[in-house]
Amino acid sequence: MLAKRMILCLDVKDGRTVKGTNFGNLKDAGDIVELAKRYSDEGADELVFLDITASHERRKTMLTWVEQVAEAVNIPFTVGGGISSDLDVSNLLSKGADKVSINTAALIKPALIDTLALCFGRQCIVVAIDARKEDGNWNVYINGGRKKTSYELFSWAKEAESRGAGEILFTSMDHDGTNQGFACEAVARLSEELTIPVIASGGAGKMEDFYDAFTLGKADAALAAGVFHYGKLAIPDVKRYLDSREIEIRI
Amino acid sequence: MKIVVVNYGAGNVFSVMMALKRLGYEAELSRNSVVINSADKVIFPGVGQASEAMKQLKATGLDQLIPQLKMPVLGICLGMQLMCQDTEEEDTVGLNIFQLSVKKFVGDYKIPHMGWNNIYDLKSPLFEGIESGERMYFVHSYYVPNSEHSIAKCDYSGEFAAAIHKDNFYGCQFHPEKSADFGEKVLSNFLKM
Repeated sequence: MLAKRMILCLDVKDGRTVKGTNFGNLKDAGDIVELAKRYSDEGADELVFLDITASHERRKTMLTWVEQVAEAVNIPFTVGGGISSDLDVSNLLSKGADKVSINTAALIKPALIDTLALCFGRQCIVVAIDARKEDGNWNVYINGGRKKTSYELFSWAKEAESRGAGEILFTSMDHDGTNQGFACEAVARLSEELTIPVIASGGAGKMEDFYDAFTLGKADAALAAGVFHYGKLAIPDVKRYLDSREIEIRI
Repeated sequence: MKIVVVNYGAGNVFSVMMALKRLGYEAELSRNSVVINSADKVIFPGVGQASEAMKQLKATGLDQLIPQLKMPVLGICLGMQLMCQDTEEEDTVGLNIFQLSVKKFVGDYKIPHMGWNNIYDLKSPLFEGIESGERMYFVHSYYVPNSEHSIAKCDYSGEFAAAIHKDNFYGCQFHPEKSADFGEKVLSNFLKM
């Protein structure tokens, strides 16, 4: 039976991993390749790297560390951050990234999803969505959570799927960095309405949160970062816990 | 031992090269028929879209070369599917090494089939040292049905071939280069053939 996936996310800035809370207050979280290797050895099922470097050097430095990660780890990894063209994607895939995650560029030009899915296959196109619940509506944000769009989470996710997204990575900005659990209700609705896998992100704080994401949230995968970077939880413990509660998981 | 990874513009060849490097092998990346013919082992990777990939194979003459190879050949993911007769993906005609038709997943399951799934009914030295039920990493929307060629099975909305074998040709639907230690074991078993 297909296992639920535990995905470790590393935010990257200027070639180092960082972790913020509620889309702000960045703290250094360590060397990229070292952390990637450690998480893969500890049993992470996948890794996601989001490069939030603001400078124009980003594209170049990204290719360097992506290649280093591809050399070091033997599990799949996704790369995101400022990807806006088929050339970006082709460069990253050629350096060993398995998937790319697009966010802002897809909202600015939704047809980018169609193009990328056609060129590279939908299985490597992850559409990441950052959203926040305001007055009962899940509003979609771009530019790393700084700018609100006119899009709504569920309709945008549907559109992304129909354009060729292979997976949806949904981050609840309300939950991100709070360690108070995932936005299970919204995740469950996404999972029910879509036919592609849904990754729940934002809010992991304790082992039960992962259990809830997979049961209440019906998520195909759950993504977390800070809770593992700072050693509050360890991947093998979480996996054993999930296994003991009869969640299908890779041990 | 000379290992050549077929480079036809499709797929994530770099990951395969890196996996081989982790195992201690320097492989050569090539689309040149002389180079490929001189290999002891050939790996035919593939990620992406079938019709585009076939176009690339035809443009480089690899569609003629690959079926005639005599050394052990391992097709991975799309590489395995392209070794079949045809695929429902854009109704593409394949290399016809295996007289099998690749089907699209249908049903109430999430597609692509993406993630770590168990493989079982393991029937080949390719899986030496790997227990039935171990998990490999899969990413695909089309599948090769089970047949007399199946040497490993997987279940996702029904059983399908996780790996196939005929003569010197092997194919695996999962990505050994991304399936952690057990995946690397499959690669190293292949290199021992």
